[in-house]
Amino acid sequence: MLEALEGSQAIARAVALCRPDVVAAYPITPQTHIVEALSRLVAQGDMKTEFVSVESEFSAASVVLGAAAAGTRAYTATASQGVLLMAEVLFNIAGLRVPLVMTVANRAVSAPLSIWNDHSDSMAVRDSGWIQLHCADNQEAVDTTIQAFRITQETELPVMVCMDGFVLTHTFEPIDLPTQDAIDGWLPPLEFSRKLDPGDPKSLGTLVSPDFFAEVRHSHHAAMTKALSVIGEVDEAWSALTGRSCGGLLEVSGDPAARIGILAMGSTCGTIQTGMEHAAGEVGSARLIKLRAFRPFPADALRAACEGLDHLIVIDRAISPGLGGVVGTEVAATLADVPGAPRIHNHALGLGGRDIPETIYADLMATVTDPDSPAFSVFDADMEKLDPEDR
Amino acid sequence: MSTEGQDAARLAELRQKFGREPLPPREGEAEQSPRDAQPRFRGLESGHRACQGCGEALAARLVMECAGPDVMIANATGCLEVFTTAWPQSAWRVPWVHSLFENAAAVASGMEAAMKAKGRNTKVLAFGGDGGTYDIGFQALSGMLERYHNVLYVCFDNEAYMNTGIQRSSSTPHAATTTTSPAGKERMGKRHLKKDLLSIIAAHHIPFAASASVAYAADLQRKVRYAMGVDGPTFLVVHSPCPLGWRHASAMTIEVARRAVECGLFPLVEIERGAVTNVMPIRDVRPVTDYLSLQGRFAHLMKDADSRAAEERAHLQALADYNIEVFGLRGDSPDAADTTGTAVVGRSGRPAGRI
Amino acid sequence: MIEYRIHGRGGQGSVAAAYLLAAAAFHAGQMCQAFPAFGAERRGAPVTAFVRTDEHPIRLRSQVREPHFLIVQDGTLLQDAGITSGLRPGGGMIVNTTRTSEDISERFGHRALTVRATEFAVEEIGRPIPNTALLAAFLSATGLFPIDSLAAALRERFSGEVLEGNLRLVERAAGTVERETWKEPADA
Repeated sequence: MLEALEGSQAIARAVALCRPDVVAAYPITPQTHIVEALSRLVAQGDMKTEFVSVESEFSAASVVLGAAAAGTRAYTATASQGVLLMAEVLFNIAGLRVPLVMTVANRAVSAPLSIWNDHSDSMAVRDSGWIQLHCADNQEAVDTTIQAFRITQETELPVMVCMDGFVLTHTFEPIDLPTQDAIDGWLPPLEFSRKLDPGDPKSLGTLVSPDFFAEVRHSHHAAMTKALSVIGEVDEAWSALTGRSCGGLLEVSGDPAARIGILAMGSTCGTIQTGMEHAAGEVGSARLIKLRAFRPFPADALRAACEGLDHLIVIDRAISPGLGGVVGTEVAATLADVPGAPRIHNHALGLGGRDIPETIYADLMATVTDPDSPAFSVFDADMEKLDPEDR
Repeated sequence: MSTEGQDAARLAELRQKFGREPLPPREGEAEQSPRDAQPRFRGLESGHRACQGCGEALAARLVMECAGPDVMIANATGCLEVFTTAWPQSAWRVPWVHSLFENAAAVASGMEAAMKAKGRNTKVLAFGGDGGTYDIGFQALSGMLERYHNVLYVCFDNEAYMNTGIQRSSSTPHAATTTTSPAGKERMGKRHLKKDLLSIIAAHHIPFAASASVAYAADLQRKVRYAMGVDGPTFLVVHSPCPLGWRHASAMTIEVARRAVECGLFPLVEIERGAVTNVMPIRDVRPVTDYLSLQGRFAHLMKDADSRAAEERAHLQALADYNIEVFGLRGDSPDAADTTGTAVVGRSGRPAGRI
Repeated sequence: MIEYRIHGRGGQGSVAAAYLLAAAAFHAGQMCQAFPAFGAERRGAPVTAFVRTDEHPIRLRSQVREPHFLIVQDGTLLQDAGITSGLRPGGGMIVNTTRTSEDISERFGHRALTVRATEFAVEEIGRPIPNTALLAAFLSATGLFPIDSLAAALRERFSGEVLEGNLRLVERAAGTVERETWKEPADA
């Protein structure tokens, strides 16, 4: 049944439906409403969970690591500086291959201080070995959160559910939350194969010499590659339960015959789509590719999605200074060996919460025919605000 | 009085008190006492890769003997982690996880929360060295204590970053040399004091915090057993000599540890909810030089020609004297059994004649 | 799709007003979207929040630049001439102030309605939080959604005395404006 809810409240309710045994979190804007809502659910007895209010994000990640290693279902949420303070633990969690779900309320990374949305935080830990799924709206965030608990159990890989800070976390909109019975039937109990158990003692996180390290990393990579199909299957199973799909690894919409494609992650997708609906008559229509799984990177699905395109505009919500856009670079690398691959136009936009208007669609489309358009730009940067030597 | 003279006097006192000859020193397995011959729980197996004479390995074995088997361990990065678990081997017979250097207390918090959620009584232990406890893991430890997790945290204190090759930590004693606090024309080893961690831990008003030493196995194990029975956070710092880092003979580990206690530099105390409730008395207080002279890390303090050496020795003696006064360590009660190595029965109250 | 922009000061419940308006639309069977333009602002600082309502699902995530309606929770914010920036011709602004509607309308060149919302709120709920009264007057004047849907939204958010006070406030504030006087768009 549809309810009108703030995104963060909906995420807390979705987490509660999955009955985590342990939740640990440290408050940081814009994740706070999620953990406040979880605290309320625990305080009111609506959620039977050990809620551990820790003294830092570093400990939040460590606590859920310990809880997951002990064989219980665990959850945490953070953003921005919190992701970076956790970074060491995030690599460790992934390397230990413990099942975990974490919400990242995507936010820019300081300095300069910005509390507003972009993807710099989750991008900074893209190589940590976590699955990273991006959500385009709050319904997808709810659905992906619940799916994440099943994906992490099936793959024994931790899952990061990325949702745009403020733009989604603080937006109030109609959301369909499944019933507790439905989730109890859909999400099997957690059985972690290497859990800490005095009846069957195991040592986790041992010292691994060069004789074995490469094999460990290979098996992690192989597990991530296998997770591509798990992500798709779990989304299909979810669709069978609720009638809703989040698009699996990526979702293609818009004009299938279009020669121009636009690829984006997260809430930007909706704005682009609305922009196209209003401006297609003037500037033409495009094929829209919503990239949901950023890690593992769905190379095959992407190649198929880009078939027949002459141009592909790739939107990055973060920047790798000295390189450009990370998503753009990866997409270009993926398509490099495709005959007749589209030309990539990579633009970073909406950095640090810069509002993305629906007119962005027409502006982006215009770059395709502009011979002077650079291969990469911070698209909405206003050069007039910079001294000439900084441009 | 010479050491032999001291021993003779002590023997005479004990004979008078107990009316019998003490058992002679054991020689070989065949002469184990019936009590010692019984099998014990070996949570940490032999065959690991610790150095000869490693104080930490012994301390961990002693802790595990009376902690297991219904436990699980979060182990910080450090020697203990490295020498016990070179994959695919492990010396641990209990569930054990190593995550990172600075998060053992937080990982243990999560394991404990998991046990609570499952309604299980399995006790969670956290192990760390002094680097992982006094320094980099300090925040996580404070958080764990404040949140009142039912975890026994054991710090194996060998007073420097031994795993990385003997660099100074905040637990390194004043004037000790390490590779990052060497002695030279401008320096006499570490310029700063050893952090009084136990007082900081005590300020969390947890149910039980204590210091122990590998030289006093029975005392150490009694403290572990007591902590295991507490439903709440408990903390134990175990003085564990490192022959490599302290530069003493491998066979001298126990003697070095014993002298640290006997001179007052490493006081053995118990603190419950912020108040000192028990101390191990020192019957015959040694000068700190008895302790320092056994170790290469203090060799620069033994050079008579260097006036700075005498000054630093005096500093260390003053620190030991301070401990003896503040904790009331002088074992001068009329009870002949009130001597080094014997825990005073004074729990839950002010120990007679002390503090 | 109808777009709304709410201006207020930190502490006046502007974000809550946005959520309440969206929830009222939702209870009236519409799709809705409400979100704040969050800053690092503290109590007393200007706050902006946005609402969209539509028959169809709303995918647009950008801030509202050309609102149909402005809801101004604090009369002192009118000092900023840019407050009506983007307000569509034919739109309207509802303002919490003791000044007259004509006065505001004349100054900004837009259809305006004024409500003594703070005064009503202090009398009915004992706190100077004008959002409920403004929304009630706004819904009454526009007839966009029934007043009952605002009451339903309030019931989700509040209970006990606070709810009772707010329901009284809704009734009183709604009665102070001419019903559905803004039902038709103004002549641009």
